[in-house]
Amino acid sequence: MPDITFEGIKYDCATDETVLDSLTRHGVLLPSGCRSGSCHACKVKAVKGKPPEASQTGLKDTLKAQHYFLACMCKPEEEIEIALADSSESFSSTIIEKLWLNETVLKIKLTRPDGFQYQAGQFINLSRSSDQLVRSYSLASIASDDFLELHIKRVPDGRMSNWLCDELQTGDTISFFGPSGSCFYVQDNIEQPLLLAGTGTGLAPLYGIARDAIQAGHTGPIHLFYASHHAEGLYYADELKALADEYAQLNCTACVLQGEKPAAALSGAVDQAVVNALGDLTGFRVYICGDAPVVEQMQRSFFFAGASMQSIYADAFAFTPEG
Amino acid sequence: MTTLFEKIGGQASVDAAIDPFYRRVLADPYVSRFFEGVDMAKQAEKQRGFLTMAFGGPHSYTGKDMREGHRHLVQNMGLNGTHFDQILAHIRSTLASLGVSEELITEAIAIAESTRADVLDL
Repeated sequence: MPDITFEGIKYDCATDETVLDSLTRHGVLLPSGCRSGSCHACKVKAVKGKPPEASQTGLKDTLKAQHYFLACMCKPEEEIEIALADSSESFSSTIIEKLWLNETVLKIKLTRPDGFQYQAGQFINLSRSSDQLVRSYSLASIASDDFLELHIKRVPDGRMSNWLCDELQTGDTISFFGPSGSCFYVQDNIEQPLLLAGTGTGLAPLYGIARDAIQAGHTGPIHLFYASHHAEGLYYADELKALADEYAQLNCTACVLQGEKPAAALSGAVDQAVVNALGDLTGFRVYICGDAPVVEQMQRSFFFAGASMQSIYADAFAFTPEG
Repeated sequence: MTTLFEKIGGQASVDAAIDPFYRRVLADPYVSRFFEGVDMAKQAEKQRGFLTMAFGGPHSYTGKDMREGHRHLVQNMGLNGTHFDQILAHIRSTLASLGVSEELITEAIAIAESTRADVLDL
């Protein structure tokens, strides 16, 4: 089996084992997050040897050319020597504000580090310095804001979210790297109707995308739907109303799956509620964020309702209890 | 000499066929499970490659890719010749609904048919 060389030491890699798993087995802990190739937390560089193509899927051409690859997706086919990705994309930020938006969602405002560029709707990977634990959170702020805003969903037994909610204090610093993700507004065809639909903290990137589109001069209708299991899971109703009052092209609608609902909210499964409300989605540009299973369901329903697959941008969140 | 790809209208025609084709197969419970995936956009991208090839357009598929890319469907999900026939029928109806002539449809189906052994790992 091919060996992996890292910081001058050789480690054996078993059949069907990824670089990340192999090193973990040997007690070498690389930064990692989703373990499924989406967060790019475990991006490393091949100094010698060629990483399999599959381990570079989703990386920019510029990174591929520099032999970057994802350790969690790399089952090496030949001897490989690796190095950690340049730390130049890592940033440090100070907590400005912590505010509970409902029972389980915490808003965290951070200082915006110099040189950090992003598109509204992208996500960053927070890294806990004590143990290199990494989790991805979408940005709810937009590029012209002088702060960064995240919405943290408290996950039962979630190591990062509980730490962020309970331990991390205003004034503390935290490091992150990124941005990542391709669910963001591109200024093109400003009259096109937009559909933004999300569940839970999927509202964070959508709130950013809506503000970004408005700021970019989007004139077509922007339909934002934010959904939750129960009415208590909704948040930002006032902020969204204020935004919609200010900009006529924006329409915000809450949707509750079960139980009591606010007066103007829709009820039932969000994908069906949206299709019932908007009808034919031909010609729409669609952004979908939130829980992975609901995101998939929405993708499917909106596609069947006429949205082109090319015009659907989705960001499915993975919530990681204990992991 | 005009190729099938040119006669059919080039990449724009392929692009126009992707959504209707993918909707057809997803709506067909007999074959939909082979096309469902965590990443629908990626799945649609694969159909784009396949249709481009069936239309005689530029593609990077090799028989080996076809074989390896579908092997897990054959081995784990029971993909077989009747499913393959069903897909060809969906290609046929997609093209017909877009106004492609019977003659060109026959040509496209012949190209798609040529991948049968590789797709089914025969």
